[in-house]
Amino acid sequence: MSTVAETSMTLTPEHDTRPSASVRSRLQDALPKIVLAPSFAATVVFVYGFILWTIYLSFTNSKTFPSYAITGPRAYQRLWRWTFESDPPSSWYTSITNMGIFGFLYIFICLALGLFLAILLDQKIRGEGVLRPIYLYPMALSFIVTGVAWKWFLDPGLGLEQTLHQWGWTSFHFDWIKNKDFVIYTVVIAGVWQASGFIMAMFLAGLRGIDGEIMKAAQIDGATTFQLYRRIVIPLLRPVFLSAFIVLAHLAIKSYDLVVALTSGGPGGSAWLPSNFMYEYTFKRNEMAVGSASAVIMLMTITAIIVPYLYSELREKPR
Amino acid sequence: MLRKLLIGTALASGLAFAAHAEDVKEVQMLHWWTSGGEAAALNVLKEDLSKEGYAWKDVPVAGGGGDAAMTALKAMVAAGNYPTASQMLGYTVLDYAAAGVMGDLTETAKKEGWDKSVPVALQKFSVYDGKWVAAPVNVHSVNWLWINKAVMDKIGGTEPKTFDDFVALLDKAKAAGVIPLALGGQNWQEATMFDSVVLSTGGPEFYKKAMNDLDEESLKSDTMKKSFDNLAKLVTYVDPNFSGRDWNLATAMVIKGDALVQVMGDWAKGEFNAAKKAPGTDFLCYRFPGTDGSVVYNSDMFGMFNVPDDRKAAQVALATATLSKSFQSAFNVVKGSVPARTDVPDTDFDACGKKGMADLKAANEGGTLFGSLAQGYGAPPAVANAYKDVISKFVHGQIKTSDEAVTELVKAIDDAK
Repeated sequence: MSTVAETSMTLTPEHDTRPSASVRSRLQDALPKIVLAPSFAATVVFVYGFILWTIYLSFTNSKTFPSYAITGPRAYQRLWRWTFESDPPSSWYTSITNMGIFGFLYIFICLALGLFLAILLDQKIRGEGVLRPIYLYPMALSFIVTGVAWKWFLDPGLGLEQTLHQWGWTSFHFDWIKNKDFVIYTVVIAGVWQASGFIMAMFLAGLRGIDGEIMKAAQIDGATTFQLYRRIVIPLLRPVFLSAFIVLAHLAIKSYDLVVALTSGGPGGSAWLPSNFMYEYTFKRNEMAVGSASAVIMLMTITAIIVPYLYSELREKPR
Repeated sequence: MLRKLLIGTALASGLAFAAHAEDVKEVQMLHWWTSGGEAAALNVLKEDLSKEGYAWKDVPVAGGGGDAAMTALKAMVAAGNYPTASQMLGYTVLDYAAAGVMGDLTETAKKEGWDKSVPVALQKFSVYDGKWVAAPVNVHSVNWLWINKAVMDKIGGTEPKTFDDFVALLDKAKAAGVIPLALGGQNWQEATMFDSVVLSTGGPEFYKKAMNDLDEESLKSDTMKKSFDNLAKLVTYVDPNFSGRDWNLATAMVIKGDALVQVMGDWAKGEFNAAKKAPGTDFLCYRFPGTDGSVVYNSDMFGMFNVPDDRKAAQVALATATLSKSFQSAFNVVKGSVPARTDVPDTDFDACGKKGMADLKAANEGGTLFGSLAQGYGAPPAVANAYKDVISKFVHGQIKTSDEAVTELVKAIDDAK
């Protein structure tokens, strides 16, 4: 250590280039920071800055335009009151219960279906190269396209029901998309259709990454196929579950456009999600304070779910 | 929250470009009349202006549609980068005027005599604090029935004069195996129909008190309950597949003869025109039964912003051209609405248009011209949307009885005020 220091001390005076070398090395040290600075600044301002701004607005009396005088938590009081108005359901009550139903079913079914499809595709079957893109393709569509296509398909007068009636199965009845109590499940169907192929690809990548030796060892020990997946493969896929969960959770929360394209809000607004609520109130009803408050509540809910999950997953990793 | 971020981005980029140089001989126009007949109608205005040497520049709106345009406008105004004018609806004009960003066209208005020619009820939205801030382009009215004439002849129906007549007519259609009432189950369409139902059930006085003054006694009165009962009655005549249907698809059902009648504003006539159907021979337009003599209106306006002095001449030219009789006639013949001034000759209009113009004039003089609550001309957007929520929940069964409906209506409107 001391020798190194001495060497450098004795060496440097002999080089005339000392100042420029120092500038260069300093530049080199700072380069990553300089390169990162614009995106850092953009993130700070446009993500965190506007989060703070939204929180601020939610405590004002903003209507069409932002107003900057703090007037108290009236927007939250209204949301809180609406939270318990279930009969007839307030728009906010509908939005949050739908978020619960949609979020749970969408994430759960996508994970289950994606894993199942990935395991099937992983059985060294012929034609995998053809099948994989077929399942993956829906992800390439925007929510709007998915929504409109499923809207036509599920419409009793145009799509599935009409076709089956023409084929002779006249007792067939499927009008969920027109039914206030079931319309949210059609959003789940369309959403799952779109995302499960992508989740399958994620699991497939995970499955391909598992060491074949472990599998062979387990088989030699006499593990059945079910045990193999239950005890070895699925636990090994844990990081994939984490990634898939985060991808799905954020897709679920921002599914605004799917609801609009598929249901235009549903009969009597019965398909609303909190994002629809937020947009409606902020931009259509000129109640910016209420819209902001609902956005803040969405953010807090997401934080309350994601942060503990991330914390536990990322901490347990080194174990 | 995501949207808010987008707004923020738009704001910031707007700021950056706020200081660019202006061409004086140019009209910057924010609007969402980009397709079909509306775009063609607007071309008349562009040509009128270019004759006077003013170029026309559309302010681009990503995604089209009124909501996107209003979002874009909000960002532009917040950045201090005003367009010369923007297409605006109802209370939006007043909101912007209250924020102090609208221009003042009073001088032009005086010179052109707008005070006398534009219906008084409309001036509520084009005049703020004694100053003219917007030029109305047209007047739509919503209390219309649109009937397929062939179906009407087949079932031997005649013009219904009362609500009971109307129900009898719908029964006839049902017996003949036609869908009696074409309705799109979206909240604004249901609420637009309810506007007419209230006017028919309670009469002009009641409509004004309940739907414009938001008088609580009227809102929870028996007349209002009766209106909800009547709405429920009408809903029994729609096909089971109505929920979520777009308005123009409902109009298409009437055009094709699958359905007898649609209750819709006069923009529906544009669909008939586009399908080459003629009023009187292919379709019939009647006032909603029991509302003859009154007009429930909404209107498109060009809001005029407080632009720098070097752009004011172009703005005055735009406003003058907008309210010129020739443009009012040419535009509204195409659009299906009626002129926003009552002294335009009706020679170019079809039978429905002529009736619409005569009705508007009479309603203006008789004080029976009312803003449509469903279309945002009866109350500010927060209230109007709360109203639409309640109507839609009633139609789709979340709210089960008329008693519950009026309670909810009073509560929702109170909440939104």
